[in-house]
Amino acid sequence: MAGAGGGGNDVQWCFSQVKGAIDDDVAEADIISTVEFNHSGELLATGDKGGRVVIFQQETENKSQPQCRSEYNVYSTFQSHEPEFDYLKSLEIEEKINKIRWLPQKNAAQFLLSTNDKTIKLWKISERDKRPEGYNLKEEDGRYRDAATITALRVPVFRPMDLMVEASPRRVFANAHTYHINSISVNSDNETYLSADDLRINLWHLEITDRSFNIVDIKPANMEELTEVITAAEFHPHQCNTFVYSSSKGTIRLCDMRASALCDKHSKLFEEPEDPSNRSFFSEIISSISDVKFSHNGRYMMTRDYLSVKIWDLNMESRPVETYQVHEYLRSKLCSLYENDCIFDKFECCWNGNDSVVMTGSYNNFFRMLDRSQRRDVTLEASRESCKPRQVLKPRRVCAGGKRKKDEISVDSLDFNKKILHTAWHPQENIIAVATTNNLYIFQEKVN
Amino acid sequence: MFAEVTVRSMFSRPCYLPLHVMCVFEVYISLSCAFCRHGKRVEKLKMLFGLAVNEAKLTSQRTRLKNQNGFHLCRLSREVYTFVSPSRMSGSLLNMFSKGTKRKFSDGGEEISEEGLVGARVASSYSLQRQSLLDMSLIKLQLCHMLVEPNLCRSVLIANTVRQIQEEMTHDGSWHMVTEAFCNAGQSPSERLVATEVLCRSREQDAEPKVFSVISYEGCREEEVVADETLCSVSVRDTVSNVYLAGRMGQCWEKNELSGIERDEEVLEDSRLGSGEDEEINTEDEASTEGPKTIGQVFGTFEIKNGSPGPDSALEELFSDVDTSYYDLDTMLTGMQSAPKMGPYDLLDSLGPSHGSPSIVSTPNCRSDLNELDHIMEIIVGS
Repeated sequence: MAGAGGGGNDVQWCFSQVKGAIDDDVAEADIISTVEFNHSGELLATGDKGGRVVIFQQETENKSQPQCRSEYNVYSTFQSHEPEFDYLKSLEIEEKINKIRWLPQKNAAQFLLSTNDKTIKLWKISERDKRPEGYNLKEEDGRYRDAATITALRVPVFRPMDLMVEASPRRVFANAHTYHINSISVNSDNETYLSADDLRINLWHLEITDRSFNIVDIKPANMEELTEVITAAEFHPHQCNTFVYSSSKGTIRLCDMRASALCDKHSKLFEEPEDPSNRSFFSEIISSISDVKFSHNGRYMMTRDYLSVKIWDLNMESRPVETYQVHEYLRSKLCSLYENDCIFDKFECCWNGNDSVVMTGSYNNFFRMLDRSQRRDVTLEASRESCKPRQVLKPRRVCAGGKRKKDEISVDSLDFNKKILHTAWHPQENIIAVATTNNLYIFQEKVN
Repeated sequence: MFAEVTVRSMFSRPCYLPLHVMCVFEVYISLSCAFCRHGKRVEKLKMLFGLAVNEAKLTSQRTRLKNQNGFHLCRLSREVYTFVSPSRMSGSLLNMFSKGTKRKFSDGGEEISEEGLVGARVASSYSLQRQSLLDMSLIKLQLCHMLVEPNLCRSVLIANTVRQIQEEMTHDGSWHMVTEAFCNAGQSPSERLVATEVLCRSREQDAEPKVFSVISYEGCREEEVVADETLCSVSVRDTVSNVYLAGRMGQCWEKNELSGIERDEEVLEDSRLGSGEDEEINTEDEASTEGPKTIGQVFGTFEIKNGSPGPDSALEELFSDVDTSYYDLDTMLTGMQSAPKMGPYDLLDSLGPSHGSPSIVSTPNCRSDLNELDHIMEIIVGS
């Protein structure tokens, strides 16, 4: 399998698999709300609006046939969260899974954290492929044997059985958030993790469910003065004392937990000065950061706002080192997008394994691969039309105005209901998972 | 009574299609359809819009009316509706905002007052755009979906946008201009926010509870119990209304019937933010939020404030002047002067002691077309 090297544009992406129902009538509960590879890339977890988690496992590679790409097949499905009702406020708590984060593997079992708006759960996914047989006191079906009938003793033995994957909730971290949880992030110390809602960030210990520390609180004393909320937060991949959180005003704050218990005062503030020529009533809304991700090497972080992706060097707070336009052609459509609420869509972004390419989603089931090293970008589409096995994805172009060339799509014919908000990149290989409304597409690098 | 204008003809003649009309209409469709069970909605729509039952199809959530071709139902003027394709809607918005030409009003079937024409010509395209944006933002803040808490981030961003527009308009001085224009007109609280009024009207046969909606920032709800001091901490004017509303609330609770009825919104100030909720009464909300709601209060509804004074004064000032029927563009068009332009002090008038009288408070922003839809609401609720 090719390494994670190579720029996004040298790589030709081809279709591998698509998961999910084919009909156009999308059941609300099937809408995918999060996608995440585990640390080895062997497992791919998706969460949906119905509170379910589906985990796919990569088949062991068939070394004798290198052309045969390993596929992801369903490994486990379980209901992570149920809809709840908050009686005090008379409101429903949605069971939609907002985020899934895997824990690094320590033993045979896999652990992941999944969260809805209010509650985080730690799930253990374990395999069982052997079963003890030959009990003395029980029959095979579980009924107890009459002690009088036992004449001899035997030692139970393990016999192989069909693989069974069990998911069991090991911890439930509840009642710590008044507002909606938007992010969770596991610390590099593998003992703690943070959960962020609109106004507060809490630090948890994985073993302790009845307490959490509040490390950031931006709630104003007078709620009328509220003008900024937290939109995403993440721990540094190597420094267990450092985390960042982004805001709806386009700022990112880096905090050091060693400085004080309550990290309201940031250590670094990353903010790009506004471009006065582009100022409009929507400037603030489109500057709101929807996702922040550290690079794997921990030197950079990437932020996604409505129209662009910015790469920041952690050592430079004044401006990003790189800015990529995702869909600049939408700038003139901001009013319509505001009207239909699309301007509030929260797109995610992700790094590839060696931090040379970043990827993010757009509308019309388009997604963008932005190659940092070669400063090139490509727009690809996740559609049913290009679903033949190993079919290479053709780059798409959007025509902003004027004459539309052949093969280009005009901005007005973009489907704003088909949005790719969630994407994930395999940590080592060039395999990507792209979630459309209710389908999960897996694309792989074309191997010659 | 209702005419359907084809898309083509709508765009071939210059006509004014205010942005907020579309937004407002959406609100009203939501509200109107909330009165009935889903199965009956299509029946209602047929009656309302003169459509064949199979032509109108409700989509989920926002209850946008779409016909088979996926066009949205839009209202051109008082009695003229049309279907517009979503992309066309965007196109029309863009046309509005990019052209910068003065609007002409079509005479076909619409009564346009002299006054209205003059006013419209004077308004610049940018102001219109800004105003429409403001309307839309305020409506967005009010629209609240169902039982789930709205997205706080979205609400904050919209509120910030509204603030920004308000500030700019205040600097421009256009605020005062607008306020004055309508304060002089003989305003009577005769017309109300349609939905509010309908909901608040007591009916003999159908005891629909008068529900008062709450600020849409449910996200801000705290676990704290909001004390009654909250209500008392606001200005005098509000206190009156608070008392009134509190009384109403009691009535609501006794009735305790909410099935299928969306929450309505109380507006005492211009910037009222309310939530529409199906089939739920948010008791905590009601207890605490009957007060003038500035944008700021939207956030702080339940936080309070035992004893601490209410809204941010600067904000309140900003918003107190917003209470205008300026938004009543359609009224301008049709020359109606008795539209629900409620000045700030009409509130007191309308807040009569009796529960039976229609209570008021229209949302200034929505008022423009809401009053027009009054009769529609009657049809729906009355049936």
